[in-house]
Amino acid sequence: MQQRWLTALDHRFDAAFGAPANPLKQLGALGFLLLWLLAISGIVLYVLLDTSAAGALRSIERLQDAPWRSGDALRGLHRYGADAFVVVMFAHLLRELWLGRFRAWHRHAWWTGVVLVPLALACAIGGFWLNWDRLGQYSAIATAEWLDALLGTPVARNFLAGGVSDRLFSLFVFVHLGLPLLLVFGAWAHVQRLGHPAVFPRRVLALGTTLTLLALAFAWPVRSQGPADVGTVPQQLALDWLLLFLHPLADRFSNEATWAVSALLLGGLLVLPLWPARARPAAAQVHPRECSGCGRCVGDCPYGAISLVPHPLRRTGVMLPQVRAAQCASCGLCVASCPSSTPFRKTAQLATGIDLPQFPLAQLREQLRRGLAAGKRRVVFGCERGARIAQLQDPQVLALTLPCAGMLPPSFVDYALREGARTVLVAGCREGGCDFRLGPRWTAERLVGEREPHLRTLPAESWQWIEADAGEEPRLNAALQENPP
Amino acid sequence: MTMNWRTLTGQALLYGLFALFIGVFSSWPRYQALPDGQAVMKISFIHHGQRVAPCRPLTAEELAKLPPNMRAPLKCERERAPVTIEVDLDGQTVFRHVAQPTGLSRDGAAAVYQRLVLPVGEHRIAVRLKDTTGPDFNHTREATVQLAPAQVLVIDFDANKGGITLS
Repeated sequence: MQQRWLTALDHRFDAAFGAPANPLKQLGALGFLLLWLLAISGIVLYVLLDTSAAGALRSIERLQDAPWRSGDALRGLHRYGADAFVVVMFAHLLRELWLGRFRAWHRHAWWTGVVLVPLALACAIGGFWLNWDRLGQYSAIATAEWLDALLGTPVARNFLAGGVSDRLFSLFVFVHLGLPLLLVFGAWAHVQRLGHPAVFPRRVLALGTTLTLLALAFAWPVRSQGPADVGTVPQQLALDWLLLFLHPLADRFSNEATWAVSALLLGGLLVLPLWPARARPAAAQVHPRECSGCGRCVGDCPYGAISLVPHPLRRTGVMLPQVRAAQCASCGLCVASCPSSTPFRKTAQLATGIDLPQFPLAQLREQLRRGLAAGKRRVVFGCERGARIAQLQDPQVLALTLPCAGMLPPSFVDYALREGARTVLVAGCREGGCDFRLGPRWTAERLVGEREPHLRTLPAESWQWIEADAGEEPRLNAALQENPP
Repeated sequence: MTMNWRTLTGQALLYGLFALFIGVFSSWPRYQALPDGQAVMKISFIHHGQRVAPCRPLTAEELAKLPPNMRAPLKCERERAPVTIEVDLDGQTVFRHVAQPTGLSRDGAAAVYQRLVLPVGEHRIAVRLKDTTGPDFNHTREATVQLAPAQVLVIDFDANKGGITLS
């Protein structure tokens, strides 16, 4: 219910960009792209920067005279890239918050992500000081006064009469080099517990974003606001509200109040994952007797919850997956990746190498067998978080709902057709919108033979793969009508 | 996904809106950091108050108890007096603060930083500072200043420059 408007917004963006390149679903990856742009433009700017208090502004101003407006491009890319990074970062935070992705297996990414917010803002604020103009002066003094309110020692004394020393300016440089390095390290930690993290957006989105920032840099070149002079206070400033919003807040409500609100907000976000939640489904279970130790489940797990340990029943060198229950999302993607997950096995009780206790593969095969025996000839495998396949009206349809479409081993499609089904339709969420990140991607790749275990070559008209989110049931119906038995 | 004029138009529109949002809020609206017709007075110092107890010569007995390399002639307590400052502006006290010495032994410098916004024009300023345990202010300074718009007047303490300074 609460996700409906967000899903509708996602679909609008899907229509323009395509689901895989939808920027709303790639906010984290966009953040990484912007970090790259900031790092590259920042390194070039640092080479060109005179790192003395007296010469810094002059060296930046000289960029205006660079050929083909390359200076404007460089400066604009760095400044607007930082603006875009902060916008994308907050959008990413709000989206994950709205979708409730901060508990359980999301905890690590949530906590590390929240810590990155103040770090990113500190990096951004420090950048303004290096261009020692009126805006840099205002920001540096406002920051020092803000720190004084917490530390008690008057850092702001460094900005009294006499100007800023080169020694202090070196500290500015250190801040703007050291903090971004920490940010990069933090970003690495942020994605550490994700399998196949998206650390770069789709190429078309990366290109579009970079060109947009470049166009902005040319259309609206970044300009300095006159040399700093600590003997006077800057009165009117073209403030960057996206990066420096804390300063006006502190001016308006006091430094202490801004600290208190910032600490409360940050603390609130950090304790959110500890808020009691409804019980989680059981984690995936490994069955050593059925496991060959191939390790495909390790590679396919979207949350890096599985690792390999020595197999207790087989010869030395054979490995066995081990599931870390706290990190397991119980999505079943590992079940589909297991080569033992095939309904063709002759065992009375179907068992596989890794399975979900609350929805074992044997139960899925049993439901399928019973439905086919009852005369149903159109099998639809769906996702409980995607389009509601139970709403399909066709009496010929056997609707089988899985925790995620990614849990479906492709051999089930083959099995259904051999056991009497005329068509099989597999429905998953749209790419990028999957609660378990990789479900639709892995399913589609397995069905078209790009990922193991893949679907045996079957007549094209006998099966269909469709991506449909909750609320898109009419599309499912239409797909069924298009492909009658 | 196939590109057609509708998707391309949609993308161009969304990229444009994103750029417009960033471009606009990276410099607009202009921020009035200090209202017109105002100046700023910054009262700030880092200063060691005088010792709470004066240094006294060690007695011969006390000196004898010390190792030869530690026989300094004077014994000084470490604790410093708090530094009190009062600032009057046009006859009204606008700032009064007692700055405590830093350090676990209270032997560090006392520090103050205060920013006050005041109207431009002529002002009579009186500053009193006390860095001893006695009842009276032992440093005073009075001056008439003419403040220009956005000017920063710094009230500091520098013993080498005669005590309270206005710059």
